Amino acid sequence: MTAAIAFYILAATAIAAAFMVVVSKNPVHSVMFLILTFFSAAGLFILMGAEFLALLLVMVYVGAVAVLFLFVVMMLDVDFAELKSGFVKYIPAGGIVAVILLLQMITVGAAYFTDGGRALTPLDPDQSNLEAFGAVLYTKYAGVFEAAGFVLLVAMIGAIVLTLRERDGVRRQNAVDQMARTREDGVELVEIEPGQGLG
Amino acid sequence: MIDLVTLPFLQAAQPVVQAAADVPAAVLGDDGVANWGLWLTLKLLQVLGFVIVLALLVAALVLADRKIWAAVQMRRGPNVVGAFGLLQTIADALKFFFKEIVIPAGSDKFLFILAPLITLVMAFLAWAVIPVAPGWVISNINIGVLYVLAISSLGVYGIMIGGWASNSKYPFMGALRSAAQMVSYEVSIGFIILTVIFVTGSMNLTEIVNTQDGGFWNWNMFNFGFVGKFGLLGIILIPILFYMGVLFFISALAETNRPPFDLPEAESELVAGYQVEYSSTPFLMFFFGEYVNIMLLSAMMTILFLGGWHAPIDVGFQFLPGVFWFFLKTAFIFFMFAMVKAIVPRYRYDQLMRLGWKVFLPTSLVAVLVVSGVVVFSGATL
Repeated sequence: MTAAIAFYILAATAIAAAFMVVVSKNPVHSVMFLILTFFSAAGLFILMGAEFLALLLVMVYVGAVAVLFLFVVMMLDVDFAELKSGFVKYIPAGGIVAVILLLQMITVGAAYFTDGGRALTPLDPDQSNLEAFGAVLYTKYAGVFEAAGFVLLVAMIGAIVLTLRERDGVRRQNAVDQMARTREDGVELVEIEPGQGLG
Repeated sequence: MIDLVTLPFLQAAQPVVQAAADVPAAVLGDDGVANWGLWLTLKLLQVLGFVIVLALLVAALVLADRKIWAAVQMRRGPNVVGAFGLLQTIADALKFFFKEIVIPAGSDKFLFILAPLITLVMAFLAWAVIPVAPGWVISNINIGVLYVLAISSLGVYGIMIGGWASNSKYPFMGALRSAAQMVSYEVSIGFIILTVIFVTGSMNLTEIVNTQDGGFWNWNMFNFGFVGKFGLLGIILIPILFYMGVLFFISALAETNRPPFDLPEAESELVAGYQVEYSSTPFLMFFFGEYVNIMLLSAMMTILFLGGWHAPIDVGFQFLPGVFWFFLKTAFIFFMFAMVKAIVPRYRYDQLMRLGWKVFLPTSLVAVLVVSGVVVFSGATL
C-alpha cells in the first residue's frame, strides 16, 4: 500500500517535472526541474529494490552531470524575449520528434503486453544488489564495460584537444617555480653611495 | 520491493512484509507483520534526536572554533554573553532569527530562498547513515558510503543556486569557484574512500568501524593488522592508508570550504562569496549547513580512518559508552579543522585546483591501484 502510494507520487512528480523542463521559460529553472526528475527516478529505483542504481543515478547525474549543465546554463547570456518568440518556428520539427517517440512507445508497450512480458528472474537472493552487479559487470559484460570507459576517455581527450590552445604572450603561473623561489632570488641588497642613485 | 510490471491498480493493497527484517523484534506484531505506526514513530524520534543533538553541537562548535582561533592569536574570543561566552552562539542565532530577510531586487525569489534550504537539508540528510555507537544509527544500509557520497555531492547545489539567484556579481563568482572546488575534491575523496572499502571489504559504515576494533593499531590510519590480514605485502598498505587519511583530511577542508581553501568566501576578493546577499535566517541556514557538513566530514574521518567508536586501547574503558569515543575523535578532528584555519594562509585559486587535480587525484588513483592489487593478490577473504 505504502509502496504503491509512493510509486504514484514519485511517478507523477517525475512526469510533471519532465514536462516542466520543456515548458519553463528560464533555462536555469529547466535544469532544476531536470534534477527533480532525476530524483524522482532515483526514488522509483529504490521502490524496485535497486538502491545501488538509485544512488548511482543521484551521484552521477545529479551530483556531476546536472552540476555541469547548471554551470553552463547559468553562464549563458539568455535573451528571454527571443526564447519566447521562437516557439511557433520549432513546432514542426518538435512535432515530428514527438510523434516518432510516441509511436515507438506504443510499439514497445504493445509488444510487451501482447507477450505478457519477459519474466524477471531474480538472482541469488543471498547476494546483495551490489555483488550481483559486480559479478555481471566484470565477467559477462567486462568487454562492453571497458569499451564504454574507453569511449569516455576518448571524449575527454577530444575535449581537451579542442579547447587547449597554447597562445604566445600569455604569462602563466608556474606553481613549482613559485615555490622553489628563495629569498636570494627575490631580494637583492645593494650598497648605494650617497647622492648617486641606482642609475 | 514492488515489481512495477506487476503493479495493477488494485493489487497493491497486499500488506508490505518484506522489509520487516529491518525492524526490531519489539515492533513486530503477533502475526509477524510490522507495526508500521510504532516503527515510524520510533524512527521519527530518532531523527528528531539526531537533529537536536547536531544543532546543539553546532552551537558549541561555532564557539569552540572562535575560541581556538582566538587562542592561537592570543585573543580572548567571545567572552561576554554567558559564562566564558558560552551563550554567544545562541545570542547570534537569535539575532539572525529576528532580523529582516532582505531579498535583493531582480533576484529569483523562489530559488533565493530555496538555496539555503537545500544546503541545510542535504547537510542533515547525510547523517541518516552515520553510526555514532554500536546500533546508534538511523538507517543501517549496506551502501552507506555511497549514500554519503551521493548526498554530499548535492550540497554544491545550495551554493550554486544561491550565487546565481542573488543576481549579483560577487555571489556568482563565489558560487562558480565553490562549485568547481567541490566537484574537484569530491573525485579524490571518492578514490580515498575506495581504498578504505578495499581493505575493509564493506560499504556499510557500521561494518567498516567493526573491522577496526581492538586498539588504535587496528584503526585504518595506522593499521598494523594489515600484515596479518594480507600477509607480508600488507606492510605496503600501512603507509598508504596513513597517507590516504591525511589526504582525506585535507580534501575535507576543501570540500567544506574551510580555510585554507575558503576561496568561495575569500573576504579580500569576493566580500563573502555566495553569501553576500544573504541576511537573517537564510544566512543562518547557510552557516548552519556549513558547520553540520564540517561535523559530517569529521565523523566520516573518524569512521573511515580512526576506528569510529572503538577505544584507542581496549582495556579498562568498557564502562565508557561508544558514543563518548566517537565524540572525542570527531571533536579532535574538528579541533584540527580549527587549528588549520588559524595557522595556514589561504591558497591561491589556481594552486587549489592544481593541488586537487595534479596532486591528490593521481596519488589517490595510484593508491587505489596498489591497494586493490595487494588485496586481490593476497587472496584474503574479507
